[in-house]
Amino acid sequence: MRSYIARRAAALIPVWLLISLLAFSLANLAPGDPAELFLRRQTGEPPSAEAVALLRSELGLDDAFPLRYIRWLGDAVTGDLGVSYRTGAPVATELRERFAVTLELAVPAFLLAILIGLPIGVLSAVRRNSLLDHGTRLGAMVGSSMPGYWLGYVLILVFAVNLGLFPVAGRGGWRHLALPALTLALGAAAGLIRLTRSSVLDVLGDDYVRTARSKGSSEPRVVWRHAFRNALIPVVTVLGIGFGHLVAGAAIVETVFAWPGLGKHVVDSIYDRDYPTIQGFVLFTGTVFVLINLAVDLLYVWLDPQVRLTKRRPR
Amino acid sequence: MGAYSLGLRRLFRDRLALTGFVIVSVVAIVAVTAPWLSPHDPTAVQPALRLAGSSFEHPLGTDALGRDLLSRLLAGARWSLGTAALATVSVVVIGVVVGLVSGYYGGVIDAIAMRVVDALLAFPTLLLTLAIVGTIGPGLRGVFLGLVAVAWADYARIVRGLVLAAREREYVEAASAAGATDRRLLVRHVLPGVLSPVMVLATLEMGQLVLALSGLSFLGLGAQPPIPEWGAMLNDGRTYFLTAPGLMLYPGIAISLAVLGLNLLGDGLRDVLDPRMSHRK
Repeated sequence: MRSYIARRAAALIPVWLLISLLAFSLANLAPGDPAELFLRRQTGEPPSAEAVALLRSELGLDDAFPLRYIRWLGDAVTGDLGVSYRTGAPVATELRERFAVTLELAVPAFLLAILIGLPIGVLSAVRRNSLLDHGTRLGAMVGSSMPGYWLGYVLILVFAVNLGLFPVAGRGGWRHLALPALTLALGAAAGLIRLTRSSVLDVLGDDYVRTARSKGSSEPRVVWRHAFRNALIPVVTVLGIGFGHLVAGAAIVETVFAWPGLGKHVVDSIYDRDYPTIQGFVLFTGTVFVLINLAVDLLYVWLDPQVRLTKRRPR
Repeated sequence: MGAYSLGLRRLFRDRLALTGFVIVSVVAIVAVTAPWLSPHDPTAVQPALRLAGSSFEHPLGTDALGRDLLSRLLAGARWSLGTAALATVSVVVIGVVVGLVSGYYGGVIDAIAMRVVDALLAFPTLLLTLAIVGTIGPGLRGVFLGLVAVAWADYARIVRGLVLAAREREYVEAASAAGATDRRLLVRHVLPGVLSPVMVLATLEMGQLVLALSGLSFLGLGAQPPIPEWGAMLNDGRTYFLTAPGLMLYPGIAISLAVLGLNLLGDGLRDVLDPRMSHRK
């Protein structure tokens, strides 16, 4: 068990290094001289050639690419991602603060999506081909075909403008949270319903379920005790990735609801070509998602003891 | 031909898949014939008519610059679906080539390709695309490159898996033993088995790309004015969505309908092409 964890963790190191290389090269491929951009941001006018040259050597921008990469990575490991061109604040601090604000939105949305998606998905599978099942499938299909942010506007129009139940935008108490969280959750729940349904259907046809039935277990016991736990295995994998997608989807929903999270922060940085923030963001989110993947792997082991025995997890 | 028409008949017997097929066909025809269908020039500005309501001349009204909304919606099919279709083709071609080569030859090429794939898959598509757009700069070109650069990885992994499985099959081993060249083996014996699952995925992928493209345009990072791309239209309309909700409702419905059509068709194709999964229906 411990060696399994160690192996999975070790396999993530090259992936993480590639992510860091990707993050660093992206910003370095970008057009424009970072030193010039930085000075222009600070003073608001085109800087002199001498000033640019001075800053270039100060920042070490004239060194070879591998050297700069290693230096950047060394700083990054200690939590230093440089300074934002846009705000002049340390990139790492800003990213951390904004990420916390995004989590404030994404975690409730994630829980809400599970609360909606899992029970409906299981019910839909158990009552296969019933009216409920057909309605659910159509609803889930339509839900996953809609742009999430657009649904956000429809919700604003109905619940904020016409009914006046919730504020239109901004961050504050739970009333501010309700509409953006619901917007995010509905999109995620649609996918989750479809996945849970097909996963439970798969499992319901398996031998051990038939065995449980034939030995006289009650139907609810068969469904919840035997089928559900096994059906959870693929669902958990996708949930882990799904959380990542939720954080990503938040980028757009945050713009709709003026929620000052990580997504809105990076979109603003892209408008302003704030490269330190953009590359810091790629490394930061990449690290978070690598860790989420590791967590999913471990959850997988807990749910399915077979994985512990085989050398590699089945794909 | 027999198997093909049998597959088509099975596809059309599934009412949802048939609905998907009809939606996709209609939207595709609209996209191709938009210039002839449009009652007005989609970019013609008429300040006197700004935010006009529905009329005989302008069935869906006009936008903030007095441009005919219906014409923009029709032209938008061209931009949104055309760009997504081109991106889908690029993604599939790159993914299939990398997957074939990686799975067939193995070794160092495979190891490097799969680590790159792992790194790309560690990200949610949208986030990495955002970063790439941030590098290249906002615009349809940046979004297109960003989406393609990220999305091929899934296909490379899946195709590689299929190739590895195909290599174990008797007919491939037989052909290899009979002295077929690598190229002939790949193209004649391995590729056909890979194509049908890829076709299913590509149909579903195109829906996702329509959503991603319009999402980025909505953020102002994709199609730039005056291009009538659906996401860009949503972005234009958001300032006025309280006074003229139609500016946001119609493009959103257009996106949802097109993606729904692609998803229904993709699901239907999967049931026809992959009978093992059809019990999930």
